[in-house]
Amino acid sequence: MMAGWLAAFVLVVPILSAGATTLAQGAPRLQGWLSLLGSYVLLVVSVALLLVVLRDGMVVLQSGNWAAPFGITFAVDSLGAVMTVIAAITGAACLTFGLGEIGEAERRAWFHPLSHVLLLGVCGAFLTGDLFNLYVWFEVMLIASFGLMTVGGTKAQIDGAVKYVALNLVATLMFLLAVALIYGLTGTLNFADIARSVPTVSNVGLLTAAATLLMAAFGMKAAVFPLFFWLPAAYHTPLVSVSAVFAGLLTKVGVYALIRAFTLLFTHDPGWTHTLLLWIAGLTMVTGVLGAAAQTEMRRILSWHIISQIGYMVMGLALATPLGLIGSVFYLVHHIIVKANLFLIAGVAARLTGSMELKRIGGLYRSAPWLGVLFFIPAFSLAGFPPLSGFWAKLVLVRAALEIGSWWIAAAALVTGLLTIYSMTKIWAEAFWKPHPAGEAAARPLGEAPTVMLLPISALAAGTVVIGLFAQPFYVVAERAALELLDPASYIAAVLGGAK
Amino acid sequence: MELPLVLLIGLLTAVATWLMLSRNLIRLLLGFAVLGNAVNLSIFVAGRLTRDAPPLVPLDAETIAGAFANPLPQALVLTAIVIGFGLLAFALVLAWVAYERLGTVRTDEMRVAEPPEEKA
Repeated sequence: MMAGWLAAFVLVVPILSAGATTLAQGAPRLQGWLSLLGSYVLLVVSVALLLVVLRDGMVVLQSGNWAAPFGITFAVDSLGAVMTVIAAITGAACLTFGLGEIGEAERRAWFHPLSHVLLLGVCGAFLTGDLFNLYVWFEVMLIASFGLMTVGGTKAQIDGAVKYVALNLVATLMFLLAVALIYGLTGTLNFADIARSVPTVSNVGLLTAAATLLMAAFGMKAAVFPLFFWLPAAYHTPLVSVSAVFAGLLTKVGVYALIRAFTLLFTHDPGWTHTLLLWIAGLTMVTGVLGAAAQTEMRRILSWHIISQIGYMVMGLALATPLGLIGSVFYLVHHIIVKANLFLIAGVAARLTGSMELKRIGGLYRSAPWLGVLFFIPAFSLAGFPPLSGFWAKLVLVRAALEIGSWWIAAAALVTGLLTIYSMTKIWAEAFWKPHPAGEAAARPLGEAPTVMLLPISALAAGTVVIGLFAQPFYVVAERAALELLDPASYIAAVLGGAK
Repeated sequence: MELPLVLLIGLLTAVATWLMLSRNLIRLLLGFAVLGNAVNLSIFVAGRLTRDAPPLVPLDAETIAGAFANPLPQALVLTAIVIGFGLLAFALVLAWVAYERLGTVRTDEMRVAEPPEEKA
């Protein structure tokens, strides 16, 4: 029962933080501290939840004490708990960074309360055990992200937000339509109950159609090929701390939902669904990395790389072998930390040189060599250099593909890794190596960036190195999460009880 | 009763698709509103349309004897309507701000966040 309360606290903490920061809107300093406090308490609570899940197995919370499948169920397995911890880490890092970035105008646009509502939506999506409830958490997350995207209100932000909002609205309705079809076919919305009912559904064609619709809806949130166009149109426009949270977390909620749906709910027709996912994965990887090659703005380059990296995570899911899913989980963890960090570093680089546009900046290596080191770690981890975290993630995925003889997807993964180096080298050569076009003095030293910005960057970079050098414990947790995913029967038993 | 509703859902979806293919932002949002109604109706139909007794458990019983109307779709649709309303309200304000700041509601003219065109 205590464990159930712990899961509830993961949701209560961001609600309280959002409420407290709203009330403190008139007191800037207090609001900043409350916001930070909230994000670090969330981190502590989510780590505690992960430890409990790893020690005692799945935590199931039936809200209002209504037994499943009648009440709203929260079911936390290893994957959900790991994702919650990563979400809390990203939230804490980006809110810390935000203290140095946001000014009075952004603060007045409700930056802090919206950030906590966003974290609430993300954590809720990771914990819920109910399809309709997942829809509600998605919307909580979405409406907060709409608000955050337009904090600042520049022309580019409004422009980016229009595209982001429009495509997300469509995805939302597709999700809801899939919910309607699944409810009509199985008569239930509880994950475990749907999973139990799927084998008994007689209209398999319609079920597969609903599953594919759900795949499209989650795929649009996850920004997979060919549904990713909103992402590079929008992610380079908001505040740096906002875009880092988005880059790290939001698309990964889509990936999480895909993993949940296609390991627990819809494994009835893998010949169609998982083959489709494998094609999507390959095309996402390659188009994403090629799109990045054509860009010259730092955050746009990184945005295209989000897309290509999503392909790796979907690839592990599509292979549907233990090793593949281990790779996916490991990749999720590694990617969120690395990608959020790269966005934050781009923010510092722009602050020191005056722009995100590579043609207009340079000279960072001379003026701020340590920023070079800090960039080097996540950038080369992204490309998959040993011994950084990305290397292990890619190694596991490529091995998983070779194990079952999917040569072409393994080849696509390796080529994508190679092309990632090209983009990272481009940022390195342009922003760090070449002299600043406006003269040597235009690139300022690292000391001019606020310490609150450098702390989260250093901490995330240290995390990348630790995952790389001591990969074993992280691999063990990923393995456990993957094995749980491949054993839907125990998920069903944990939620619905042994009866029936 | 299902068939007319299903036809209506089809009609609404067709109208919404046509509206959403427009380059005009306002039409796109109108399309979203119409499609939202189509989806809400499909949840309603998915719960099966019956004219049975109201789903009230008698005081001295644990369950209802006999057939009863399904109350769940109404709860789901209500939630979906509220969420859809919130999203639409935000989107309309965003469209207004976009019109004020960018001077257009045509989506193909909104290129502020895009990289500058290559000179031919």
